[in-house]
Amino acid sequence: MAIAREAEPVGSLSEVRDAGLDREDLLGIYRNMILTRGVEERGHILYKQGKIPGSFYTGRGNEAAAVGVATAMAPDDVGTPLHRDMGVHIVRGVEPWRILAQFMARQDGPTHGRDGNVHLADARLGLIAMVSHLPAMLPVATGAALAFRIREERRVAVGWFGEGASARGDAHEAMTFAGTRKLPIVYVCDNNQWAYSTPTHLEYATEHVADRAQSYGFEGVVVDGTDVLAVYREATRAIEKARNGDGPTLLECVTLRMEGHAVHDDAFYVPKVMFERWAENDPIERFRTWLRTNADMTDEEESHISESVKKVLNDALERAEASPQPDPSTLLEGVYATPEDLDTPHHK
Amino acid sequence: MAEITYLQAISDALRTEMRRDERVFVIGEDVGVYGGAFKVTQNFQEEFGPWRVIDAPLAETAIVGGATGAAIMGMRPVAEMQFADFVSCAWDHLVTIAAKQRWRAGTPVPIVLRLPSGGGFSGGPFHSQNPESSFAHIPGLKCVCPATPADAKGLLISAIEDPNPVLFFEHKHLYRRIKGEVPEERYTTPIGKARTHREGTDISVITWGAMVYTAEEAAQQLDNDGVSVEIVDLRTVMPWDKAAVLESVRKTSKVIVLHEDTRTGGFGGEIAATIAEEAFEDLDAPVRRIAAPDTPVPFAPLLEKAFIPQVEDVVKGLRELAEY
Repeated sequence: MAIAREAEPVGSLSEVRDAGLDREDLLGIYRNMILTRGVEERGHILYKQGKIPGSFYTGRGNEAAAVGVATAMAPDDVGTPLHRDMGVHIVRGVEPWRILAQFMARQDGPTHGRDGNVHLADARLGLIAMVSHLPAMLPVATGAALAFRIREERRVAVGWFGEGASARGDAHEAMTFAGTRKLPIVYVCDNNQWAYSTPTHLEYATEHVADRAQSYGFEGVVVDGTDVLAVYREATRAIEKARNGDGPTLLECVTLRMEGHAVHDDAFYVPKVMFERWAENDPIERFRTWLRTNADMTDEEESHISESVKKVLNDALERAEASPQPDPSTLLEGVYATPEDLDTPHHK
Repeated sequence: MAEITYLQAISDALRTEMRRDERVFVIGEDVGVYGGAFKVTQNFQEEFGPWRVIDAPLAETAIVGGATGAAIMGMRPVAEMQFADFVSCAWDHLVTIAAKQRWRAGTPVPIVLRLPSGGGFSGGPFHSQNPESSFAHIPGLKCVCPATPADAKGLLISAIEDPNPVLFFEHKHLYRRIKGEVPEERYTTPIGKARTHREGTDISVITWGAMVYTAEEAAQQLDNDGVSVEIVDLRTVMPWDKAAVLESVRKTSKVIVLHEDTRTGGFGGEIAATIAEEAFEDLDAPVRRIAAPDTPVPFAPLLEKAFIPQVEDVVKGLRELAEY
């Protein structure tokens, strides 16, 4: 028996307008989803060309969840997106060329080659860089919410995690604390149904991850994570509730992992029928169909979006490949911060 | 200048910074209404309110991870572990996030972790440890271990000002036992500068924390033998004052590195190795380490006495070195 509220899908354009989105917003969301996938597809090609050291992870299938939540955030809100949440970086405005430079460990990536993949963040855009230990960013996001509460600012923190990481104590401690203090935070679980090779029934015994929210004293909501508009609507509700002082929400986006855990993983353990079902529910295709049916997206508009994204990516690739390798003589710099280093948009 | 205890000096520093800088707040278990297990934050909640003196759930990960997030958002959290031993529950957040975020992502994490540490009163295996060496090994963390009330105040203020994660090891056995003159006004004691606790010419003892007093008692006994012992109180283990250590070693040419933590992998090994590398020609005897044996901290008073380096252990070591 589900305890969490199971959110309805989004139907008509008028419902979407009630959620605060006009037609231009909708096309913008669609573009962000395409750009999100495009950045990762370019990354995949670079990996196959041997231009990306280490491994490479994508969030294919998670675009609606990531873009939907990020679109609901206000400019001053803060988030800790993870490795399936490229869409959050795209929506917040991280430039694609810098992301590709990060993939290739170049000097102009946000971490200047010191960390890889989507372990990046732009402080100017209200993001905090993730670590590999999951869900270690949840207590950090909770601390950001604590700072907002102490200073009585109307800002909200958004902390992401996966259904696999929901097993770890960090999630429990963070949500316990946020519940007791009614902190302005939204916990977003991207439930892509596989923790590497482990299926959900070996990860948790409740029907939904969001069912746990009740035990922390706040609301749990389950939403179809391939329905970008439903994700947006539920994220908006949760974020504005937090902003108004009514405490946290655990929002579970049931999504897909259309590829392996990382590029090296062929996901042989995922039943073939599941991949077929996922292909039918591709969030980008789903939203494209919705836009054509409900918002009269024209062929011209569609091709304009895909052409403009292609141009952004081509330019990004060129600029990223021109970025130099990091200089080994800088290795020792910045292990310890100086007082001047605190002059960041976050710390102000 | 007033004479106050080591514990009062810590409270004084914290209160001074909280009055001066509204970004500073305290978070920990029982730090608010109860005033902290050792009463360091007694009456703080009355003065600063429940949102600056925050009683957290029993959740060290949430406390340290939360402090990290708040620090990144511009606050200056001072988090208390009820005992230093419990920092193991927050290891991941210190080591994985706080220590690396500046180097990796350009985001400093200015947090202070107050860690009541050390043994000597039958606290047993889980209320007596000195885990500073484990953290000194992690690039990005600073480890501070004051021995005197004046240093406790000045170093805590420096720690709160510091833009990095600082672990502040306050030795429980010094809390109420050690008194000293502490200026009433605000001042800082630099992190990374040792203090010559006692001048001497024949043997150097390099130490920190409560062992400064063990070394002092031993040195007094050696006075009767006509052996002059210098004691260098490191004050901070990371960064540590290599120059001061080497200078003392060059003066005396014999050295004991003394710490309350266990021997193998203890920070004394790093100091001894550095002396061997950089002052070998100045030595008249092998560098000697005195530390706790490689066991957990025992509970029974007799066992604990056998574990923690005692004055007689240091006296024996000093005599052997004097005769070398």
